[in-house]
Amino acid sequence: MNLHEYQSRNLLNKFSINFPKGEVGSTPNEIYQIVKKFNSEVVVKAQIHSGGRGKAGGVKICKTAVDAKKFASELIGKRIVTTHTDSDGVIVEKLLVTELTNIKKEIYLSIVIDPDIESPVMIASSEGGMDIEKIAEDSPEKIIKIVFDSVLGLKPYQIRRVTNSLGIPKNSIPEFYNLVNNLYKAFIETDSTLIEINPLVIDENENLIPLDCKINIDDDSQFRQKAIFELRDKNQENPMETRAKDFDLAYVKLDKGNVGCMVNGAGLAMATMDVTTKSGCFPANFLDVGGSTDKEKIKEAFRILVSDKKVEYLLINLFAGIARADLIAEGVVEAAKETSFNLPIIICMRGTNSGVGFKIFNDSTLDIHIADNLGHAAELLASVSSGN
Amino acid sequence: MLLDKNTKVLVQGLGKDGSFQAKKSMEYGTNVVACVHPNRNGQFFENKIPYFETVNEAINETGANAGVIYVPAPFATDAIIEQIDAGLDLIVCINEGIPVHDMVKVKSYLKGKKTKLIGPNCPGIISPELKIKIGIIPGDICNVGNVGVVSRSGTLTYEAISQIGDAGFGQSLCVGIGGDPIHGTSFIDALEFFEQDKNTNSIVLIGEIGGTKEQQAAEFIKKNIHKPVVFTIAGTTAPKGKRMGHAGAVISGKMGLASEKIKKLENSGAHYADDPSKIGETLTRLIKY
Repeated sequence: MNLHEYQSRNLLNKFSINFPKGEVGSTPNEIYQIVKKFNSEVVVKAQIHSGGRGKAGGVKICKTAVDAKKFASELIGKRIVTTHTDSDGVIVEKLLVTELTNIKKEIYLSIVIDPDIESPVMIASSEGGMDIEKIAEDSPEKIIKIVFDSVLGLKPYQIRRVTNSLGIPKNSIPEFYNLVNNLYKAFIETDSTLIEINPLVIDENENLIPLDCKINIDDDSQFRQKAIFELRDKNQENPMETRAKDFDLAYVKLDKGNVGCMVNGAGLAMATMDVTTKSGCFPANFLDVGGSTDKEKIKEAFRILVSDKKVEYLLINLFAGIARADLIAEGVVEAAKETSFNLPIIICMRGTNSGVGFKIFNDSTLDIHIADNLGHAAELLASVSSGN
Repeated sequence: MLLDKNTKVLVQGLGKDGSFQAKKSMEYGTNVVACVHPNRNGQFFENKIPYFETVNEAINETGANAGVIYVPAPFATDAIIEQIDAGLDLIVCINEGIPVHDMVKVKSYLKGKKTKLIGPNCPGIISPELKIKIGIIPGDICNVGNVGVVSRSGTLTYEAISQIGDAGFGQSLCVGIGGDPIHGTSFIDALEFFEQDKNTNSIVLIGEIGGTKEQQAAEFIKKNIHKPVVFTIAGTTAPKGKRMGHAGAVISGKMGLASEKIKKLENSGAHYADDPSKIGETLTRLIKY
């Protein structure tokens, strides 16, 4: 789950990590009042679940409260399209106003879990404020890693090793150690998969000031991070993906595509997307209906798929193990009737009770094309979509 | 050996799915000797397999040497640690949804111990010849044969198994290592096993986008594997930065891209089934009868 910048700031505050003074507003008037109160030059930042907002016009330095109010009225309620979002973009509902900081140097800092080392690692670079993936590609020597041992945590020598190449002033080393240590504590205690401070600013008085931050929380930790999951902002998500999540379906809307895919299992669902593309069509979505699936879940999955107006064909690919193919077939046929669906459906179905499932499909009035295996499904899709 | 005729299985977590799968495993031929579930001490599963409160009691009474876990995610980490602590040789964790921070701790705890962990978030392991399965791979799609299968996926593993069968071959052993970013047994562990296993003549490896485990497998194949390897990578058409169901399958950075994995694996001498429906076909081309 993604958090907004202002939520991440509040969370990190609890771990003694302090940001420049800031306040959130959701109307132009609120923004006006906040800037009046600050009585200084400010930065106004759109709160969206996406990187690249600066380039997309979501961040502005404002000299006066009137400037800030004007910027807010242009932005609030609008959708911002960044290089990280799809073509619909994401809606701006809140703006964060912060004091302007004088910047002498910018550092990049983050903690992630490295699946290769199987530990949390800190990633840092003296090239702060920039796109870290680009730095990693262009000048990997500028990326510094510290591995956290799950028993030892952060040791002071690890910090001493990297301060030189990061350009941390000698007097700021203890402060830097405390900052990284606190970030690591926050990372562990909040079940984060990413905490990023970019940039971490060193000002003229050699103070370390985190300017912007981003936190991702492990979706699988919801059962023990209930308070954090209260912060979820559904308005930042694709509405169909949110609806799917409520039914415990893993659904990802794809930008282009005319084939709605319903599959059980994530790997098979990805393979089905690949095969669909090979057949000359494009998948409209990724959808994993899961293992122990029931009829209601299947019906909801079907409704979500066909609510995508670009869908011209359905490809249902199921390898029933725990799930029962007959129940799935019943669900599809009922939901199709309910939505008056009459487009071609290619069905590849193996495993538990698939014989009964086929009978249910054949007895229906749907435009059914039965495939014997995944390869055959692709062939059928190619021939149906080319009108042969 | 991962499985042999002395494998005695303990099942932990017998809710709806766990009970269903335990029964299926027994029908297939697996020697299930003990069940561990809260508050059922003194009762019997299917009227014959005794229930125990703890893994230690179960081992002491029945001599179980392998464990399978169907415990809900919030309690699954404790079950894994309990089984490692009890000294089982093999643990298969089927559950999905274990927090990644927990897996960091589990892997650290596993270091230096003899226990092998498969999973979490995996379909488990099956040997058609020994008629033993630990986990949820349907027994009826497998045939006795000489192809070793290792995969990060669940149902895509079944797809591969059925393609191998359709091509006229069977499996020596199938291992689903799981879709989570941090898991127990790796591709490399399975490849090492297949290279040494005299019943395995060829290997099918099924990878996914995200992470660099396939690249590590490629390095290992290049240096150590002399048997033919067929591979496919699921998610060649997935968009960047989106989580495709499996937590491990986020393409982040260039290394996680399918194209990188395919390049490295082809360089290692492995044969690419350029679409996941062509695993059987690629295998047939490679193996002359």
